[in-house]
Amino acid sequence: MNIPVAVTAVYVAYALGLLLTFGTVLTWVERKQAAIMADRIGANRAYVRIPFTQIRLIWWGLFHGLADGLKMLFKEDFRAQPYDRVAYALAPWVTFVPVMLVFAVVPFGGALAPGRLFPALAATYGTQSFRMQIAPVDAGLLVVFAFGGLTIIGTMLAGWSSANKFALLGAIRAGSQMISYELVMGLTLIGLILIYGTVDLDAIVRHQSGTLLGVLPAWGICYQPFAALLFLTAAIAENKRIPFDLPEAESELVAGYYTEYSAMKMGLFMFAEFIEIAIVAALFTTLFLGGYNLPWLTDAGFSFPGAHFVAIGPRTVAVTQMLTFLLKVLLLCSFQILVRWTLPRFRWDQLLRFAWKILLPLAILNLGLTAVIVAVLR
Amino acid sequence: MTQPAHPRKRYWNEPTMGWWERAYVFEVVRGLLITGGVFTANLWKWVTGRKGALTTYYPEEIRADYAAGNRGKHVLTQRPDGRPQCVACNLCATVCPARCIEIDAAFDPNDLEHPKYPLRFEIDYSRCVFCGLCVEACPEDAIRMVPETPGLPSFDRERMWLSREELLGWKPQHDVAKPYPAADAAKGVQ
Repeated sequence: MNIPVAVTAVYVAYALGLLLTFGTVLTWVERKQAAIMADRIGANRAYVRIPFTQIRLIWWGLFHGLADGLKMLFKEDFRAQPYDRVAYALAPWVTFVPVMLVFAVVPFGGALAPGRLFPALAATYGTQSFRMQIAPVDAGLLVVFAFGGLTIIGTMLAGWSSANKFALLGAIRAGSQMISYELVMGLTLIGLILIYGTVDLDAIVRHQSGTLLGVLPAWGICYQPFAALLFLTAAIAENKRIPFDLPEAESELVAGYYTEYSAMKMGLFMFAEFIEIAIVAALFTTLFLGGYNLPWLTDAGFSFPGAHFVAIGPRTVAVTQMLTFLLKVLLLCSFQILVRWTLPRFRWDQLLRFAWKILLPLAILNLGLTAVIVAVLR
Repeated sequence: MTQPAHPRKRYWNEPTMGWWERAYVFEVVRGLLITGGVFTANLWKWVTGRKGALTTYYPEEIRADYAAGNRGKHVLTQRPDGRPQCVACNLCATVCPARCIEIDAAFDPNDLEHPKYPLRFEIDYSRCVFCGLCVEACPEDAIRMVPETPGLPSFDRERMWLSREELLGWKPQHDVAKPYPAADAAKGVQ
């Protein structure tokens, strides 16, 4: 099925806006949630004054992210002297762009039928309906891993090119950590692929739309709770967040691999990290929490157990599915922030031992069990 | 593994870990429940219009837990008609170790009992050390210190002066040392 260029453009605009908004808002959520968890108030002083009035919009400190962004834009772009100029300038982008690209294969809503939603477009699109996904590729999950693996190159480039021992140490740590945890992440997902028999993310989401045993939603987390836990752990480690933030451990390595970066280049690293929180949440939602599916919601309406049926219009269904996806992503982002402000950092040897001696055997065990059960049931 | 030459000292309250703690994941979940619980409780307070934090908003709020004897800022006591009790004797300005009190005396022919009064009485809070010696030195009980702090934060040192009018802004209704207002004093109410 070919998606018209106009629809794709709308999708891309939506996804870009979504990711950039998430990246900005998450900086605020992170600060505010940490403050509330610690009995503090948190950032609440930045405001926007409406011109020619004395009305100040504070909005619970929401504009602190804006202030931070402006500060980063106008700061001096300091450059360390002995460095590889090309690699140094390239590294933030090599980290930032693949993170954004991962979202291309994530389905962020159900089917979109422009002709049915907006009568004005009926002449152009007829009764065609398109999946809400920028790039409907069959190899969706593989694309995710391919782009996810690219970010490590940016990290290594940054650490190597800035000619700083701390940065280099951070990059080496990042390299070994991300390779170890990528392996775990891949192995946890193979169990899921065995169950669904596909790597197409949209197909995986559609598999999760029914119910399991009549009551439970048929989400991946119900089939593979163990894999969900392992995947979330590995994904947080991939994102280099506490408790796995050794590549940028402030108390040991100044700022790790981006020690020598300043102004907006540093901002790009930070921004990529915050967007990656949203990406990890979106992936987890897609794979384990049923994506845009609400339990018992079909394209025609809710069909509750006990043969109750509540019909709702196609427009409401589309909006509900998109909002469901956003809500799940937001909750998962919040959960990641909760983890970040709860757990202390691992030691380096503990980190690698955790990956290779605990997570990897558990992932293989999970995969073996899943394979046996799938083979028996078939 | 060989035994080290000087084994580490063992303490009586050495932490011990059972299999439950070693499994890590259970304790992680417990920690997440604790922090998540605090988060939810505090968020619920904020959502229902209460304050879910221990923080005092600094310039806007006055701390509730100031001691009664806290030396926060100075006030000038007043005569029943509202004029300052101060007789501009300059004792406070003399004893002040930070030399931050400035007094300009003036003559009032209408009040023959207290003809000398301060025309200008200013304290520089950018220098004041809040020692309270001025209060000790005053023979007239004209200057006191109250627990509340002055509104100090400013981008300009020149704005850290408190003028006579601001110092006279203290209007107590009941006073153990000196009865206010004058009507009660005339009736002999202590």
